[in-house]
Amino acid sequence: MLRLHNVQTFHGNVQVLKDLSIEVSEGEIITLIGANGAGKTTTLMSISGIVPPRAGEILFDGKPIQNVSPDDIVASGISLVPEGRRIFPRLTVMENLDMGAFLRRDNAEIKKDVNHIFELFPILAERRHQQGGTLSGGEQQMLAISRALMARPRLLLLDEPSLGLGPIFVKLIFDIIRKINTESRTTIFLVEQNAHMALKVAHRGYVMENGRITLEGSADTLLHNEDVKKAYLGI
Amino acid sequence: MDYFLELLIGGLTRGSIYALIALGYTMVYGIIELINFAHGEIYMIGAFTALIVAGVLAMSGMSGLSVLILASVVAVIYSAAYGFTVEKVAYKPLRHASRLSPLISAIGMSIFLQNYVLVAQTSDFLPFPNLLPDLPFLANYVGFIGSTEFIIIGTTAVIMVLLTLLIKFTRMGKAMRATAQDRNMAMLVGVNVNRVISNTFIIGSALAAIGGVLIASHVGRINFYIGFLAGIKAFTAAVLGGIGSIPGAVLGALVLGCTESFATGYVSSDYEDVFAFVLLIVILIIKPSGLLGHKPTQKV
Ligand SMILES: Nc1ncnc2c1ncn2[C@@H]1O[C@H](COP(=O)(O)OP(=O)(O)OP(=O)(O)O)[C@@H](O)[C@H]1O
Ligand SMILES: [Mg+2]
Repeated sequence: MLRLHNVQTFHGNVQVLKDLSIEVSEGEIITLIGANGAGKTTTLMSISGIVPPRAGEILFDGKPIQNVSPDDIVASGISLVPEGRRIFPRLTVMENLDMGAFLRRDNAEIKKDVNHIFELFPILAERRHQQGGTLSGGEQQMLAISRALMARPRLLLLDEPSLGLGPIFVKLIFDIIRKINTESRTTIFLVEQNAHMALKVAHRGYVMENGRITLEGSADTLLHNEDVKKAYLGI
Repeated sequence: MDYFLELLIGGLTRGSIYALIALGYTMVYGIIELINFAHGEIYMIGAFTALIVAGVLAMSGMSGLSVLILASVVAVIYSAAYGFTVEKVAYKPLRHASRLSPLISAIGMSIFLQNYVLVAQTSDFLPFPNLLPDLPFLANYVGFIGSTEFIIIGTTAVIMVLLTLLIKFTRMGKAMRATAQDRNMAMLVGVNVNRVISNTFIIGSALAAIGGVLIASHVGRINFYIGFLAGIKAFTAAVLGGIGSIPGAVLGALVLGCTESFATGYVSSDYEDVFAFVLLIVILIIKPSGLLGHKPTQKV
């Protein structure tokens, strides 16, 4: 479904992604783990078109998207839950959800999706008229995921959704990720620091170091890999 | 009491015009954090366009309300086209340059447009016909407000309501607010930010053109330089209210207009322009983000 082939991305003159190749199949949950500064966020920003790669290819459904504008990438079915949530702080919860559905015109279906999200996260229903910036971190993360889902993506990119959350919220978020994947067959690309949780929910995983993939395999294999254990699982 | 009301009406009239121009500054700043120094010139071009259209229509024997409407419509379209083009030519190519570059480009644009009108027209003041209709019923009820003041304040009020509805409830309005709050995130939900920026320039320029037609009718003369002082005053109003905030720009404009009016009415008219800047300095010392400005959020 998604294929990154020898992607090279720069921030200014600094090369961050060096010949990065990743493949994601339809219906999968894959996770990308790596230390701070490895280039995980940059990978997602390259896929989303915010920081387009300088060389290499990104194929979505077989079509190159590396030079497509971010709004057209969203339209083609890719949504991002960004690092740090990035809720529109002075839009209400409801308006934030509306923004998620910005490219859709099927108002009746949008309403259904909002109701579905309010069932998934009742707290958001309660706070629907509150400004996004006034929500707690966990609530904002729920809203960020919901906002991305409002676009009805076929591929959902998540950048460290558990960052800064307490254990109860972390469990809730990972449960939701699994649910999204099984119920609506949404393909998921999960970037995580919490390697243990990520590898438990994912089917396959990639390990990234300094802008390169150093290891890849099934989630189980990676969970039991000695290097991964030492470097990312703290065992 | 009548004198007070007269000054108040005068202040609100000025404030209305400042507001129409200030909105363009504040909306553009809100979206791309640029002070569009050429905005005052857009207002001036609106007034000139209306003057030319009104002249042509008068020669063809038209008069009354239809002249006002036609002249205003053409002025709005023409100014909007200028605003749109200025952004595309002078700012868009510099979107990723350092913050100073577009600012210098803006000042260059302002000088260019002034001189362009100076050469195309004349440096002298040109008489501007009063296109605004006389409202005789006003005289019967109230003695302290003239027809033009009434129309300027009323038109501005209606426009403010429409603009608020547009920003609050339409798809375009939501896209504008989202872009102002987090541009990259707006792109990530599918907003075409280039289009939002263009729309912002178009709306701001259209409002300035309406301001230009109204004030030119009120004052009765224009020249190529009227955009400069009006621009500075409106910019002051926008900063006063909190730059980036739409209600702030309107409030700042009305406060500024009334301050000027009362200060010249009760103190002295010699220092008319000084009061505006004294007020600005005082408010910025007390509340640096302006009357309704929100604290700058750290952008990631
Ligand atoms: N906007 C930017 N300008 C310049 N350099 C950047 C920018 N964004 C990221 N970088 C650099 O690129 C490298 C990779 O950053 P990136 O954010 O992709 O890492 P990450 O793997 O997501 O890290 P973390 O786990 O801390 O989120 C880092 O060295 C970072 O300093
Ligand atoms: Mg990151």
